[in-house]
Amino acid sequence: MSTPTLVKFEDALTRYQPVMGLEVHVELNTATKMFCGCPTTFGAEPNTQVCPVCLGLPGALPVVNAKAIESAIRIGLALNCQIAEWCRFARKNYFYPDMPKNFQTSQYDEPIAFDGYVDVEVEGETYRIEIERAHMEEDTGKSLHVGGSTGRIHGADYSLLDYNRAGIPLIEIVTKTIEVPGDKAPAVARAYVNHLRDLMVALGVSDARMDQGSLRADVNLSLKPIGATEFGTRSETKNVNSFRSVERAVRYEISRHAGILDAGGTVVQETRHFHESDGTTSAGRPKSDADDYRYFPEPDLAPVAPDPAWVEELRATLPEPPAERRKRLQTEWGFNDLDMRDIVGAGALDLVAETVEAGATPAAAKKWWLGELARTANDQGADVAALTNTPAQGAQVHRLSDAGRTNDKLARQGD
Amino acid sequence: MSDLTRFTAAEIAAALADGSVTSVEVTRRHLDRIAAVEGDVRAFLHVDRHGALATAADVDRRRAAGEPLPELAGVPVAVKDVLTTVDLPTTCGSKMLEGWISPYDATVVSKLKAAGMPILGKTNMDEFAMGSSTEHSAYGPTRNPWDTTRIPGGSGGGSAAAVAAFEAPLAVGTDTGGSIRQPGAVTGTVGVKPTYGGVSRYGLVAMASSLDQAGPVARTVLDAALLHEVMGGHDPRDSTSLDMPVPPVVEAARRGDVSGLRIGVISELGGEGFQPGVRRCFEEGLEMLARAGAEIVEVSCPSFVHGIAAYYLVMPSEVSSNLAKFDAMRYGLRVAPEGVDDPSAEQVMAASRDAGFGDEVKRRIILGTYALSSGYYDAYYGSAQKVRTLIARDFEAAFEQVDVLASPTSPTVAWSLGEKLDDPLSMYAQDVATIPANLAGVPGISVPVGLSEGLPVGFQFLAPAMADDRLYNAGAALERLVTERDGRPFAAQAPELEVTR
Amino acid sequence: MSSPEISRDDVAHLANLARIELSDSELDRLGAELPAILEHVKVVQQVAGDDVPAMSHPVPVTNVFRPDEVTPGLTPEQALAAAPASEEQRFLVPKILGEE
Repeated sequence: MSTPTLVKFEDALTRYQPVMGLEVHVELNTATKMFCGCPTTFGAEPNTQVCPVCLGLPGALPVVNAKAIESAIRIGLALNCQIAEWCRFARKNYFYPDMPKNFQTSQYDEPIAFDGYVDVEVEGETYRIEIERAHMEEDTGKSLHVGGSTGRIHGADYSLLDYNRAGIPLIEIVTKTIEVPGDKAPAVARAYVNHLRDLMVALGVSDARMDQGSLRADVNLSLKPIGATEFGTRSETKNVNSFRSVERAVRYEISRHAGILDAGGTVVQETRHFHESDGTTSAGRPKSDADDYRYFPEPDLAPVAPDPAWVEELRATLPEPPAERRKRLQTEWGFNDLDMRDIVGAGALDLVAETVEAGATPAAAKKWWLGELARTANDQGADVAALTNTPAQGAQVHRLSDAGRTNDKLARQGD
Repeated sequence: MSDLTRFTAAEIAAALADGSVTSVEVTRRHLDRIAAVEGDVRAFLHVDRHGALATAADVDRRRAAGEPLPELAGVPVAVKDVLTTVDLPTTCGSKMLEGWISPYDATVVSKLKAAGMPILGKTNMDEFAMGSSTEHSAYGPTRNPWDTTRIPGGSGGGSAAAVAAFEAPLAVGTDTGGSIRQPGAVTGTVGVKPTYGGVSRYGLVAMASSLDQAGPVARTVLDAALLHEVMGGHDPRDSTSLDMPVPPVVEAARRGDVSGLRIGVISELGGEGFQPGVRRCFEEGLEMLARAGAEIVEVSCPSFVHGIAAYYLVMPSEVSSNLAKFDAMRYGLRVAPEGVDDPSAEQVMAASRDAGFGDEVKRRIILGTYALSSGYYDAYYGSAQKVRTLIARDFEAAFEQVDVLASPTSPTVAWSLGEKLDDPLSMYAQDVATIPANLAGVPGISVPVGLSEGLPVGFQFLAPAMADDRLYNAGAALERLVTERDGRPFAAQAPELEVTR
Repeated sequence: MSSPEISRDDVAHLANLARIELSDSELDRLGAELPAILEHVKVVQQVAGDDVPAMSHPVPVTNVFRPDEVTPGLTPEQALAAAPASEEQRFLVPKILGEE
């Protein structure tokens, strides 16, 4: 495999404007799968959470999980989308061993939610990301590639399949094309995915943990010469699994595309894999005829026509939008922008808020949690941003407040 | 005692209820009959002597203990091999599923079991229900008990032949484009395709999801109604199952009164392509119904002539997707491609699907793949789905004028084995009268009406969705008229099969 | 409306999409049969106007949902009982070449 010629990011931006599209898959935290009553517990023993439906056995039929529909609508509303008055599921037909029916039950031209937007903030600037659609689909099983030197798919002798994950509900959120000043593109992409994570957590619809794959981002990127109107060929970098990686993947692809274009080459339309270790991407599967997915309306499922009154009820359950909430809390706590960025960056906003509610001063709560989370991240060898709140942390807040001497205790433990 | 295999299901149920026979006796007699005639008929792929007798003994014990039992408790039944069963293989007539045992029962099978009905075995069928002759079974054809050199219809030739040959009083079939009604017509039995959504499809191995429907096969209209009542009803495991009570089919079958009933004869069905003998029998049926007080009018359903074209696009499209699951990865036949060292999953899938599927199945998968493919979808699949709408509108308009519609069930009587095997289009044309009901989701029944060249001819009634009871009312009336005319039940006219001792 | 043209190569492409390794004789036969069948069914293109909606479901039912409650599934033994091969409570399949 030849090493691509990379153009320095800053240089690339002098000649090209990046155009991004982000596809984020959110795994819902429903108790059961999208179309059957199997549990969705993460990390269960292989093939212990399967039934005739999610194993695709002959004769089995899907039935839609009501909670998944509710979550999909709430997500759509939180993304400022229109909610479809009537929509259908569709079958996306392709063969792959991790997909028991050899079609994925998804939505095609009739997504449950469409035409929305979210505003994300980067270095004090607000960028509006337009949402094309949010649709429902099901996850695939997991393959374990055995043999070969790397344990990866290539060179494996055979594969082992576990279908516990097959059929877990996913919401795929697709942006319209994003064009922001090139130097901001990587940070905007990261901020957007981060924003979605916060939104999902606030909605309570997903654990939204990138490290566990319950939030997965695909980064589509193309470059167009500055001044040109036509988009270039795009690459699709799949399953980028941390916020930082989203940013790095955008940067890397900009440098790589620019290298190809500068040399007079053409970018191949293909999927690419991101490598956490060195921040590079490598070629995956080229787009081909095999991508004729032969979508058609799923005959085994009835169309979905949400009652407008129900949609309005769900709208009333939406939490305060994360950005507005941050602004409000910042004012209430009297923090400056830097303080807030530290808290948000560490994913400590909810913890600090709860601790303040339990009677702590904002300053003490911030100091204690940032220390605590840095230690946890260090212990786990993880990025602070990759951590999400755990029940244990919530319990800590309660213990602190039950003790009735929150500030004292924080002061002591924090030192 | 007279031959129990000649009893109708209703008569068996009455005899069981009054204690004059036991279910074990009835079941054993049918198993013996199967052993005696199967060499000629070959209606069954699997016979479950042990399981059937165990159920029968259990029902007898419960009856002796004074337990209240469902009406058909102890009455044996045969099940088309397209419905999953935990205690017998489910092969769908395909090599792909040879020996496959489902870990779950189809809802219909669960209902038969809950009703205390001994399951005699699984019946032969065209592979994955694709065909009109049962010759496309990977396990060899079933023969028509009226003439064992002829086809029993399809795809449910096994269920129809089992009932016609007195191997079972009742059988379950499935009907996607006529697979219950056409075999019923050519074997002189009664077959009903219920309203789409009236009987659960859970555990019915799908051919075309938006068309498939399981239904009863019997020798009398009342028997079909009794079985329909057991099979039907809402199933939360099937999203397309209607949340409504089963129409009063048994009551309607007992009524059988056509006085004042408006019967619409479909102008487009019964002319060209229909054998003269078939037309003659159908017209005689109409005359008898008119004499019994029915009002016969002609009704035009202009879009029906496009039914076959729409069907042979919608059905294969759904087939191409439904049969994708048979890929040798989780169950079913796995074959390594020839001459390939260390083959990949992709190669094993492709080789297994080539080896496991028969010609007709492959033909439909390829056709459906084409109809759904990029650039052709609108022209083929999309257009066909629009024709469906037109056909449904024809039905709506027709049912504003009449209570039921009527046509011959099938254009021809049973043809000779092998005659149409190399001519798919001619085989497809057999479904012309049965297909519109599947496309629109409405119910249909085929009732024997007479003989042409010594072979049975079927008379089809069609009714609006969820008005299945109208089929049974009209069907029972016709059945009584035919029996009065012939002086004996239709099924009794079948020639004796050679019995192996 | 043009007459449907399907070459032998087209059939091979469709067979690849449908994951069926057709033999040469099967390709020849389907290459002849498919155009004949399509010739017969293409009439659907002329029948319905743009104003006619397509019918995907024969009965007009909407919003069929189930509660988000766990129901019993299969044991791993049941799930794997029919597997052509298995290992470590997983389905064993030949090496996978492509990727999704």
